[in-house]
Amino acid sequence: MKIKVLYLASLRERLGKAGEDLEISPETSTVAGLRTLLMARGGAWQAALAQGKALRVAVNQEMAQPTTPVKPGDEIAFFPPVTGG
Amino acid sequence: MAVRIQTEDFDAGAEMAALRRGNPKIGAVASFIGVCRDVNDGDIVTKMTLEHYPGMTEKALEKIVAEAKARWDVMEVLVVHRVGELKPADQIVLVAVAGAHRGEAFAACEFIMDYLKTRAPFWKKEETPQGARWVEARSSDDDAAERWNSPKADVA
Repeated sequence: MKIKVLYLASLRERLGKAGEDLEISPETSTVAGLRTLLMARGGAWQAALAQGKALRVAVNQEMAQPTTPVKPGDEIAFFPPVTGG
Repeated sequence: MAVRIQTEDFDAGAEMAALRRGNPKIGAVASFIGVCRDVNDGDIVTKMTLEHYPGMTEKALEKIVAEAKARWDVMEVLVVHRVGELKPADQIVLVAVAGAHRGEAFAACEFIMDYLKTRAPFWKKEETPQGARWVEARSSDDDAAERWNSPKADVA
């Protein structure tokens, strides 16, 4: 299935990428699954997305949990904890 | 429009006058202005860049405003948040709440700021003499947002 993935703020700088359109297996059905898939790229991906890192995820612009489903056409954004205000 | 993201500065007085204009039932306007400081974590800050997630930012703020309006009896709410390059002493954010009485207006204003700090997708990058760095989230901000979940939190 096709999804859109965004990397924001410090994560974009660490990964050297603002986002990408991905074709993934339907077996990757949750946010946690997508994270694991991206970490498997190794290097900066493994380090920046490692478990235990403070990381937030939004699915279709709503805050998401590791168990949140990922469906065709979704926009999934990875970013660090927010620091506005 | 209750929520605005903009690069330009804002006039808090004019915004608050507009917020209560034409509504003589409003007896209280509470507000908060966040300002860019020239120091953070012991280092001099010369410049700050605010980034956000267009689309989600507006939705997240509108959700926070809706939750505040559901919890407290307030009439009008305005949130203006700047993005882009800011310098020390520049205004960053304005939250203004208008209602019949001060207690509800104060509480709603503080709630909106606490939730904005932990739920709205903004990120600050600051320039210091040691180089540029992303501002780290503070656990005290999480604590401030969390206290609104206690049973007594709605008492104004």
